[in-house]
Amino acid sequence: MADINITEKELHAPQGGDGHGHGHDDHHHGDKYQSSFIDRYLFSMDHKTIAKQFLITGMFWAVIGAAMSVIFRLQLGFPDADLSWLQPLLGGWIDVDPASGKGTLSPDFYYALVTMHGTIIVFFVLTAGLSGTFSNLLIPLQIGARDMASPLMNMLSYWFFFLAGVIMFISLFLNTGPFSGGWVAYPPLSALPQASDGSKAGMTLWLLALVFFVVSTLLGGINYISTILNMRTKGMTMFRMPLTIWAFLLTAVLGLLSFPVVTSGFFMLMMDRMLGTSFFLDEIYVAGEALTDRVGGNAILYQHLFWFLGHPEVYIIVLPAMGLVSEVLSVHARKPIFGYKAMVFSILGIGVLSFLVWAHHMYVSGLNPFISNIFVLFTLIIAVPSAVKVFNWIATVWGGNMRYNSASLFSIGFVSLFISGGLTGIFLGNATIDMQQHDTYFVVAHFHTVMGVAAFFGMFSGIYHWFPTMFGRYMNETLGQIHYWGTLITAYAVFGPMHYQGMAGIPRRYYSFDTFQAFNQFDTMNQVITIAAIIAFFLQILFIINFFYSIYRGRKQTEQNPWGGTTLEWTVPINPGHGNWDGPIPEVHRWPYDISRYEDREFVMQNEPLAEGEVDGGH
Amino acid sequence: MTWLLLIIIVLATVFIVQIARARELASLVRGEKAEEFERNNFHAGLGMVFVIGFLLTCIVSFIYYIPYLLGWGPNTAASLHGPMVDSVFNTTLFFTSIVFFGCQFALFFFAWKFRGQKGRRAKYWAHDDRLEMIWMLVPAIIMTFLVVSGLQAWNEIMADVTPEEVAGEDYMEIEATGMQFAWLLRYPGRDQKLGTKHFTKIDGTNPLGQDWTDKKNIDDFHPSEIVLPVGKKVRVRINSRDVLHNFYLPQFRVKMDAVPGMPTYFVFTPVVTSDSMRNRYKNYDNWNIPDKQNPDKKRWEAFEYELACAELCGRGHYSMRRVLKVVTLEEYAEWFDGIEATSHYLNNVRGTDKDPFKDVEKGQLDFEQLLAQKEIVKAELASLQEAMAAAAGASLSKMEEAEAKVLAALKIARTTLDVDAAKKAAADAKAATMSVLAQPEPIEAPVMDSVTTNTVSEEQPS
Repeated sequence: MADINITEKELHAPQGGDGHGHGHDDHHHGDKYQSSFIDRYLFSMDHKTIAKQFLITGMFWAVIGAAMSVIFRLQLGFPDADLSWLQPLLGGWIDVDPASGKGTLSPDFYYALVTMHGTIIVFFVLTAGLSGTFSNLLIPLQIGARDMASPLMNMLSYWFFFLAGVIMFISLFLNTGPFSGGWVAYPPLSALPQASDGSKAGMTLWLLALVFFVVSTLLGGINYISTILNMRTKGMTMFRMPLTIWAFLLTAVLGLLSFPVVTSGFFMLMMDRMLGTSFFLDEIYVAGEALTDRVGGNAILYQHLFWFLGHPEVYIIVLPAMGLVSEVLSVHARKPIFGYKAMVFSILGIGVLSFLVWAHHMYVSGLNPFISNIFVLFTLIIAVPSAVKVFNWIATVWGGNMRYNSASLFSIGFVSLFISGGLTGIFLGNATIDMQQHDTYFVVAHFHTVMGVAAFFGMFSGIYHWFPTMFGRYMNETLGQIHYWGTLITAYAVFGPMHYQGMAGIPRRYYSFDTFQAFNQFDTMNQVITIAAIIAFFLQILFIINFFYSIYRGRKQTEQNPWGGTTLEWTVPINPGHGNWDGPIPEVHRWPYDISRYEDREFVMQNEPLAEGEVDGGH
Repeated sequence: MTWLLLIIIVLATVFIVQIARARELASLVRGEKAEEFERNNFHAGLGMVFVIGFLLTCIVSFIYYIPYLLGWGPNTAASLHGPMVDSVFNTTLFFTSIVFFGCQFALFFFAWKFRGQKGRRAKYWAHDDRLEMIWMLVPAIIMTFLVVSGLQAWNEIMADVTPEEVAGEDYMEIEATGMQFAWLLRYPGRDQKLGTKHFTKIDGTNPLGQDWTDKKNIDDFHPSEIVLPVGKKVRVRINSRDVLHNFYLPQFRVKMDAVPGMPTYFVFTPVVTSDSMRNRYKNYDNWNIPDKQNPDKKRWEAFEYELACAELCGRGHYSMRRVLKVVTLEEYAEWFDGIEATSHYLNNVRGTDKDPFKDVEKGQLDFEQLLAQKEIVKAELASLQEAMAAAAGASLSKMEEAEAKVLAALKIARTTLDVDAAKKAAADAKAATMSVLAQPEPIEAPVMDSVTTNTVSEEQPS
C-alpha cells in the first residue's frame, strides 16, 4: 500500500516535457523506479512496459508453437517425405534410416509436438500474450489510472509467466522429450511415467510450468479486477467503461475463479506421479505390472477439474479479443458500437454460463448420460449471447463510414471467423452429434477457428490499432494488409477442409491415417492443408518483421489521437512516461462512443464535459 | 537446394518489405486522405470478392465431398440409432447454414457498402431495443428446438438395456478392452454371460485377468475381430487395462471412452451387413479406386467396418485397428459354431497350473462335454446327408423326420447349457438316423463306433 501511495504522489507532480514527440530517454524524470536500464526494461513496474514484455514473450512462444504445427503438418500432409534436413534442428527426434538416409518423424515426437503446440498456444500465447498484453496496456489507460493497483504484483505476474516459460522451454530439451499426452493431460497417461516417454520428466516440468503460469495469471487477474473496480477516474462509471475494459474484467474474473480449480487437479496429478497417491488411478495394468496398490481413484475426476478451467479458458481467450474488436470496429467504422448495453450483458452472460458448460467436453467420457442433458442445455444457451454479439458487430458496420486499415481489417476478419467457428460449436455442444464428432477433425476445425485464429485476429487487430500507444510509431500498412488477406485466406484453407474430414469421421491426434481404410482417403486435402499452413506461418514471420522494424523505424506518430478515438488512452502524450498523464488525470463526462453523434463534430472524447442540456449517449 | 530456397524466401521478404516502405513514403507525399479513400475502395472490394469466393467455395466443396460426409451420400449410418444422430446433425446444419451465409455476406457486404468515402458520414445508431430483442429471441427459439430434438435422441440412444431385453432373444453382450496399443475382444460364449475378471490376475496367458474359478469364464473366447448378427441389439462393455482409450465405430455413430477401473458401455443395433455396405459403396466413384492396402482390390471390395481408438493413449494411438463384420443370423451362427471351441480357457489354461479344475479329467467339464455332443450331432448330420445322397429309395418322410431330429439336436448342442438335454437329443437323433439307414436296403453304414450316447470319447475335439 505504501508503495502505491508514494508512486501516486510522485506521479501527480507536474512533469517536464511538452508531451509530444520526445524521444525515449528524456521523459522519465521524477520516476525513481525507472532510473536504470534494469528497472525500466527488465523489472519494470510500468504497466505499459509489462504489456510489451507480455506481448514480445507471447510472440516468441507463438513462433515456437506455430513452427511446431508446421512440422507435424508436414508429417500429416507428406508422410513419405524425407525430413532428414530437419535433423540439424531437431536432432534425435528425426529417425534417420541408416541405409536410405531418409528421415522420418517418430510418433513420440509427433505427439510431443501436438501437445506442446496446444499448451503453448492456449496458455502462453492466447492467455498471457493476449489478455496479459492488452489488459496491462489498456486498463489503466482507458479507465484513467496512473498504473495498476499493485505494480509490484503486476511485475511479478510477468516474471512468473517468464519462469513458467523457461521451465517449459527446458522440457523441450529433455532426453525423454517434453510431455506428449495432449494439452489436456488426461491421466492415467499423464500420471504413469511407464505409459509413455513424454510422461516421464517432461510431464513433471509441464506441471511445474503450468503451476507457475497459474500464479502469474492469478497475480495479473487480481490486479486487473481491483484496478478496474477501484481506480477508475472521476466520472468513469461502470457503464461508461469501453467494452475492452468490460471484457478484461470478466476475463480476469473467469481466470480467478477457474484457474485455482485446475491447479488443484495439477497438484493431485503431481501427487499421483510422485507420492504414490491414486486420485485418478484405478485397476491399472501397465508395462507388465498390475498397480495393485494404486486403486480407488477415478480418471474422470481430473477431467472435471481440468474442464472447469478448460471451458472458461476458451472465453478467457476470446473475450479480450471480443473487447478489442468491439473497440476497433467502432472507432474505424466511425460509429458507436451497436447495443453497448446488450454487449455488456452478453459478456456477463457468457461469463456466468461459461462455468456451467464444462462437461460438454466429456459427453462420451463415461459420464452418466443423464448429466449431459444439463450441459447440452447450457451449452446451447451460451450461443444466444454469442449470437447477439455477432449481430451487434454487423450492425456496427451497417451505416458506418468504414476506414480500412490493418486494424479494422483484422477486426472484420475476427467477426467472420467467429461466425464460422461459433456455428460449428452448436453442432458439438449437442451431445447427440458429439457422440460422432467428438475428437474428430470437426472439433479441431471448430476450436481452431473460433478461439485459435479468431483470437489471433483480435490480437492482431489490437496490435495494429494500439501500436502507436505502445511505441509512438505506426506499423507498416502495406505489410499489415498483406498479412491480413494472406492470413484470412490461408486460415480458412487450413481449417475449412478439416470440417469435411471431421464429417467423414477422421479422428484427431493420429500420427498416420494409413492403418484405417476409413481414414486414409484425404491425402490431397492433407497436402493442401499443410501447404496453406506453411504459407500462413511465413505470413506471420512477415508480421514479426513488420513489428520489430516498426518499433525502431516505423512512421512516427505525430497526432495524439490518430484514429479519432474517444477513449482516454488517446489523451496521453505520445510515448507517455510512467504515470501516463503529464498533468492531472482527465475526468470522464460521457460514454465512450460519441462518434458521429453531432453534425459539426466527428467525435467527442470521453473527457469533454457534457454541454448544457446534452444527454449522455448510449441510453 | 534447401539453401537456395532459404535465400529466395529471404530475398522475397526483403523485396516485400522494401515495397511496403516505398508505399508508405508515397502515401505521405500524396496526402493521407486521398490515399485512405482509395484504400477503402480497394479493400472493401477485395472483401466482396473474398466473401463471394468463400461462400461459393463452401457450396461447391460441400457438393464435391458429399460422398464422404456423415449422413450424406453413401455414409448414412449403419446402426439403428445412427439416423437419429445424422438427422440432428442435418437439422443443425440447416439452421447454421442460413446464419452462416447470411452473416458472412452481410458482414462483408455492409463493410463494402459503408466504406469510408468522400463526403459520407456515419449514422449515429447506438441501439435499437426491438431489433436486439428479435435477434436474441430468434436464436433462443432455434436453440430450444435443437436442444429438445438433440436430447430426445440422446436419451433414447444412451438408455441402457432393460432386464426384459436382456432376457430376450434379440440381445447380446460383448466386451472390448483397450490396452496400449490394441483392442482385446471377448465374447461371452454359449452361456451368454461374461465371466468375472480382475486386473491383478492379468498375466501372459490371461490378458484380461479373467477369474478361472468363475465357471462363466470357461466358454468365453477372444476373437480377433468383432462379428455381429444384423438386427440384434448389442451391448458393448467397454474397459481399459491401462490408460484412457475410446471405442469408436465411425459408421455406427458409436463412441465411448474406455476408463480403467470404470466399465462403460454402449448399446447399439447394427442394421447394415458388411456385404450390403459393399454393395452400397460399389455405386460411388470414390469407392471404385484401388484400395491403398490391397491395391489389387477396389476400395468397396476391400471394405470392412473398423474399430478405432479415439482418445489419445500414447505413441501407438493411431494403430489400434480391429475389423468388425456384420453378417446375417445364419452366418453368425456358423461363425459362432466354429469359434466357440477357441475358448481362451480351454486352449490356454486348461490343464496348466493355473487351472482350478485341474483335477477334473479332460473332457469332463460340462462345457467340454457340450462341445463334444455338438461334434457328435454334427457327425450324425453329416453321415445322414451322405446316406440320403446314396439311398435314393429310402422313405422320404422318414428321412425328413430324422433330419429334423438331428437339426434339433444340433441346435440344442449348439446353444444349451444343459448337458443331459444335449445328450438326450443326441441319442434321439442317433436312433432316428439309424432307423433311416436301416430302411429298405441296408447300405454300408458310416463308421459310428465312437458314437455312444452315454460316454464321450476322449478323442473328441474339445
